[in-house]
Amino acid sequence: MSITVEILYPEFANLFGDMMNMKYLKACVPEIEMIETKINNPPAFLSQPVDMIYLGPMTENQQELVISKLLPFKSKIEEFIQQGVIFLFTGNAMEIMEDYIENEDKSRIKGLGIFPLYAKRDMFHRYNSMILGEFEGMKLIGFKAQFSHSYGDNTKEFFYHVTRGCGIEPHSKLEGLRRNNFFGTYTVGPFLLLNPLFVKYLLQLLGVENPHLAFEETIMEAYQKRLTEFEKEQIKGFA
Amino acid sequence: MVALPVTEREWGLQLKNYMKKNLRFVFALFLSKAAMWAQRLLGMNASYFPGKLAITLCPDFLGRIEKPETIITVTGTNGKTTVCNMILDVLTDNGYDVLANRAGSNINAGIASTLISGSTLSGRTKKKVAVFEIDERSSKLIYPYVRPTFAVCTNLFRDSIHRNAHSEFIYKIISDSLPKESHLILNADDLISCNLAPQNKRTYFSIAPLESDLKKCINIIHDIRICPKCHEELQYRYVRYHHIGNAYCPNCGFSSPKSDVIAFLNFEENTMTVEKGEMSEVYPLTANSIFNSYNELTAICLLQEFGLSPSQIKASFQRLNIVESRYSKEVVKQIEVITHMAKGQNPIACSCVFDYVRKEEGKKEVILMLDDVFDRVDSSEIMTWIYDADFEFLNDDSISRIIISGVRCADYKLRLLLAGVSEKKLFSTERELDAPDLLNLSDTNKIFILHELYAAEEAMKVKDKVISKIQGRTK
Repeated sequence: MSITVEILYPEFANLFGDMMNMKYLKACVPEIEMIETKINNPPAFLSQPVDMIYLGPMTENQQELVISKLLPFKSKIEEFIQQGVIFLFTGNAMEIMEDYIENEDKSRIKGLGIFPLYAKRDMFHRYNSMILGEFEGMKLIGFKAQFSHSYGDNTKEFFYHVTRGCGIEPHSKLEGLRRNNFFGTYTVGPFLLLNPLFVKYLLQLLGVENPHLAFEETIMEAYQKRLTEFEKEQIKGFA
Repeated sequence: MVALPVTEREWGLQLKNYMKKNLRFVFALFLSKAAMWAQRLLGMNASYFPGKLAITLCPDFLGRIEKPETIITVTGTNGKTTVCNMILDVLTDNGYDVLANRAGSNINAGIASTLISGSTLSGRTKKKVAVFEIDERSSKLIYPYVRPTFAVCTNLFRDSIHRNAHSEFIYKIISDSLPKESHLILNADDLISCNLAPQNKRTYFSIAPLESDLKKCINIIHDIRICPKCHEELQYRYVRYHHIGNAYCPNCGFSSPKSDVIAFLNFEENTMTVEKGEMSEVYPLTANSIFNSYNELTAICLLQEFGLSPSQIKASFQRLNIVESRYSKEVVKQIEVITHMAKGQNPIACSCVFDYVRKEEGKKEVILMLDDVFDRVDSSEIMTWIYDADFEFLNDDSISRIIISGVRCADYKLRLLLAGVSEKKLFSTERELDAPDLLNLSDTNKIFILHELYAAEEAMKVKDKVISKIQGRTK
């Protein structure tokens, strides 16, 4: 079994401990080859097959930089999505796949335009919330901390149904973006470490038979405890 | 609050000259003074509400109240309280009567409360010098009205994800808010904060190369890995912790600035020699960590620019007992019991404490009490920050046991396992007070109790129980 994961721009796209997602994946399957691509280098997916591409959250200026670097490879990325290559984009990384990002002064930054949505920034108001949702029978939990939301129709291409908290924007109950094996979510930080059931799902997609989780007893205990808290009606923290 | 126009810098410049006391201001001042008096009578801390009331009644209250002639502000992610206290203590020791928000709120309402407490009923200031600790995010609400003569920034790192987002965001808030006339005191070894308000007059300080310096950052958080101009990976001449060090871009020449004030540390003799041009003075080190040395150097640099002579500053540092309220040590039956604040939700502060623990000599056991005391009551703490903190530093042969206490113990255990700590070393309890029961004590020289900012009282109870356990063990 040979699995290659490309991590895009880990030198900055790691604002909230997000790189631990990849460290945990490696702890589960030590044979995974991790390729770290820096911003001034061409992506590895151009020159070799990769099974998964990961991109974490970044600053607003860095979003623009990443768009400029990936825009020339838009058709290649679309082709990979069609072929079923796994993508996991967390936090505002998801927005670079949309048509554009709008600033408060209405100026726009052109995105990759792979998903027909757009993002709007509001740097004066930070949105913080816990989120609870369901994806293919499993309950997903997470934390959001962001200045922007996405708008447009994701009813056919969303990641998961939200049961508490909001989806891509405050009035939405559909979180993130999904097309084939592309998964985008606004949740930040250790998304995989918070969602061990999704890690198993991801490992199966990567071709791991009977996947085992690293530190399974502890990660499941932490997950169950948090899930119980998130399901309590009186708990505070959902916007 | 009045919405400031985009050109708030220019707007602010006008305020100092033209904001007069009006009826609304007088009314707000009178009521806020009454509120302050009432709160104090009830034994309450009047460091927030009176100012909040004044700003609610008179949104530009901060602009209208008279300010001391010389204003020193201290902001930054870490160390601002310590630096503020040092500055205040030295100035007081040199005979200055200083207005300060010590132990008070550091947002706009806190600054207003402090100014109210230092003014007469007619709004006239009673002091000539003020030292204010300023919350980074509140800069834009404070600096347009309270215009510092000297503005100190200790450093800028990523901090709370709820409020501060990322260091670039905070940098922009402070940089855009600083008045043009403020003289900045900046850390040349911090490649982020050293570039604040580039048009302002500035004095840079730095610490000269040390034996313990690294060439590459070993921390998880490193907020400026690439050149902001050409995006090439930065090279470091030396790194202390995170991005604190001296860097340059091999591609475009972007570099750390040249320092005006340089400190040479001598941990063996517990001294710091500070050189500025021809001037040189040897100061006592108030603590034995690089992190704290930067705090002391920041204060010295400011005090020199303020006008105190090196000998005056040195004499004060020698006289003063710099109380480290975040640290305590007691020796019981040859075992050191150490409490140390490790500010939760702040990965930089925790990483520095973890690094300190591993570098201490001896065989150690560690008790962690890092839960957010507010979230545990009615919410579920956002735990992303623990994946930014260097728990890897606790994966050290000198640490034989780590006792994780609090409701989030499973999260911390998972984090420590991912950091490579053997499961055999890890013990968990949801009740902090039960943590001492899980200590081993055999072959242990030091016990560290690392606690969250607001868990200091609970940490003292845990410490007492640890001491009882050590004493009982020998009976």
